[in-house]
Amino acid sequence: MKILLKHGRVIDPTNGTDTESDVLIVDGIIEKMKPNIAAGKDVQVHDLNGMIIAPGFIDMHVHLREPGFEHKETIETGTLSAAHGGFTAVCCMPNTNPAIDNASVVRDIRTKAKQVNSGLVDVFPIGAVTKAREGKELAPMLELAEAGAVAFSDDGAPVSDSENMRRALEYASMLDMCIIQHAEESSLTKGGVMNEGFISTSLGMAPIPSIAEDIMVARDITLVEYVQARYHVAHVSTAGAVELVRSAKAKGLPVTCEVTPHHFTLTDEAVRSFDTNTKMNPPLRTRDDVEAMKEGLRDGTIDVIATDHAPHSYDEKQVEFLYAPFGIVGLETAIGLAFTELVHTGILSVEQLIEKFSINPRKILRLPSIKIAEGEKTNITILNPNYEWTVKTANFKSKSKNSPFDGYKLKGKAWGVVNNGVIYISL
Amino acid sequence: MPLSSRHLLGLEDVPKEDINLLLDTTTNFREVLERPVKKVPTLQGQTIVNLFLEDSTRTRVSFELAERRLSADVVNFSASVSSLKKGETLKDTVRNLEAMKIDMVVIRHAAQGSPHFLTKIMDAHIINAGDGSHEHPTQALLDMYTIREKFGTLEGVHVCIVGDISHSRVALSNIFGLKTMGATVSVCGPKTLIPKEIEKLGVNVFYDINRAIREADVLNVLRIQLERQDRAYFPSLREYREYFAVTKERLKQAQKEITILHPGPINRDVELSADVADSDASLILHQVLNGVAVRMAVLYLLGTGK
Ligand SMILES: [Zn+2]
Repeated sequence: MKILLKHGRVIDPTNGTDTESDVLIVDGIIEKMKPNIAAGKDVQVHDLNGMIIAPGFIDMHVHLREPGFEHKETIETGTLSAAHGGFTAVCCMPNTNPAIDNASVVRDIRTKAKQVNSGLVDVFPIGAVTKAREGKELAPMLELAEAGAVAFSDDGAPVSDSENMRRALEYASMLDMCIIQHAEESSLTKGGVMNEGFISTSLGMAPIPSIAEDIMVARDITLVEYVQARYHVAHVSTAGAVELVRSAKAKGLPVTCEVTPHHFTLTDEAVRSFDTNTKMNPPLRTRDDVEAMKEGLRDGTIDVIATDHAPHSYDEKQVEFLYAPFGIVGLETAIGLAFTELVHTGILSVEQLIEKFSINPRKILRLPSIKIAEGEKTNITILNPNYEWTVKTANFKSKSKNSPFDGYKLKGKAWGVVNNGVIYISL
Repeated sequence: MPLSSRHLLGLEDVPKEDINLLLDTTTNFREVLERPVKKVPTLQGQTIVNLFLEDSTRTRVSFELAERRLSADVVNFSASVSSLKKGETLKDTVRNLEAMKIDMVVIRHAAQGSPHFLTKIMDAHIINAGDGSHEHPTQALLDMYTIREKFGTLEGVHVCIVGDISHSRVALSNIFGLKTMGATVSVCGPKTLIPKEIEKLGVNVFYDINRAIREADVLNVLRIQLERQDRAYFPSLREYREYFAVTKERLKQAQKEITILHPGPINRDVELSADVADSDASLILHQVLNGVAVRMAVLYLLGTGK
């Protein structure tokens, strides 16, 4: 199949590229990249009118829910949601049933991912740190890695035991792989449903204090310094955690972190609605924390934007706030929120945005870097930064619609993606 | 002039005019309660469900009495007999109720915001009879009515709420309502039972009960839930009693009259000594009587749109 993209603006921050060009793709390979390529026979032509061609975006924190919770999401619907949102790859978290704690689950997920949606979206499983994510015995990390796991996490639950965390860091470092920590000191968060502060007090809700995150990040950084192993903080949400990562980086420690779009957009004020789509873990924090996320993104402390895409069925969220599960879907609003909140406000340049959605997560996961050049495999996300649109959760490709952003007006969206010889156009 | 909302979900953001209307209407129903025949036909033909998904006999009885005295048809739906135990969701339950043509729902539930949730899934008027540790607006209204009855006004009266503020449904409603009416509000208790940033609601915080007694005109003493010890909110009941209980000796030292309220049920000689509970300073039984009248006022104003 031949695809000709006319009038694109190719931006690849890895080599400083920012050029206007046409791109001719033949059977998934970039055959030609220069201005004014003539459309030959049997060529599918798309005029991009100056839209941005970037290396394919990856969301390194996604819950695909398969196996075990297919009523919320499947590999098929989750990867379609990813493509629609502008991603060519996702990492799926291991809180499935069974958990991703043995090689066969890793293989099954990878096989299935290649079969659905013509294999458009690459799926990189994240293996569990401990067996059944119970926080007790280490999962077989060498075996998981050999089967294709790209990092390890017990996400949804922290690795609480300090000895276990130390051993996990040491063990994964043999492979030069990261432990991704859901940083939460659980003894401080029992029963909690929202951020502790003025809003939780006004609503009489059981609190989750910000220090629960800070304390776990601080402990982990202490371990990292001692054992010199790579560590990545999932979904940072507190000013304190960002500051801890900043000072760890200043010391030269191998610490990285990610933030979700909802944590740089919303505050705990949103919970006043009692809308269960404002219930997530970590919870929405304060205005000061949101500002700290933006500053962390701006100064490079926060390496990655990842969504923590957490689908739940309609019925599961149509309950009392107290009883609703934590989490929201994120794949289809991430790029829109990032442009609206970060790029159009001058916090990030387009290049920096691309780094956080594509370059940095691939570096952290030790995935091969994407090159947009003649002779290379095409793995691109095409962005329309000025496209104005209104979020309609009913139109989501995800099986679940649990998003607090329904009705939000955003500026910026993915036009489409090309990967593994397939083009998907969402606009 | 009707109330500005068709529900009573809490007292946060309820305007002063509404609270005055509710309290003035309560006075009318207090008169009804003094009559030989304590019944009026006001809500004849209206059906009210008391949806009590958490035990609270006192509040339910008070609402039921108020409803019957307004001649409403009353259905009691409580957790012990409810299908919720069989895994039916709250949404399914209220959808079923609504199909039976219900005009008002009085809901008591352990989950904060559940009355607000009901307003999104059904058309009936919703009255919050306590949602977890969030609000309990009719309790606060009856407390305010009782204080107003005694002092003639709420403006400038200093009310101190004593005890477990964090887990109370009474504290927040009282704070919201009293602040709106111009009262001075403070809270007193062990720091572990006072939620963060509560000062931002415009209340003073005391950790010394003697100081609270010196400064306040009214003490609204909350029930200490004995199970709170389990999670180390305080070391022991003995220590709580020693340092936070409202006792006759402490009140004597204040050398002024202090009015005592308690939402009940009392742990005698824990948060409140028996001699204080039964003294002239205690308005606890007035609260119970006023509770019926306040609930009649709420039901009447919402049910008739007046
Ligand atoms: Zn997590």
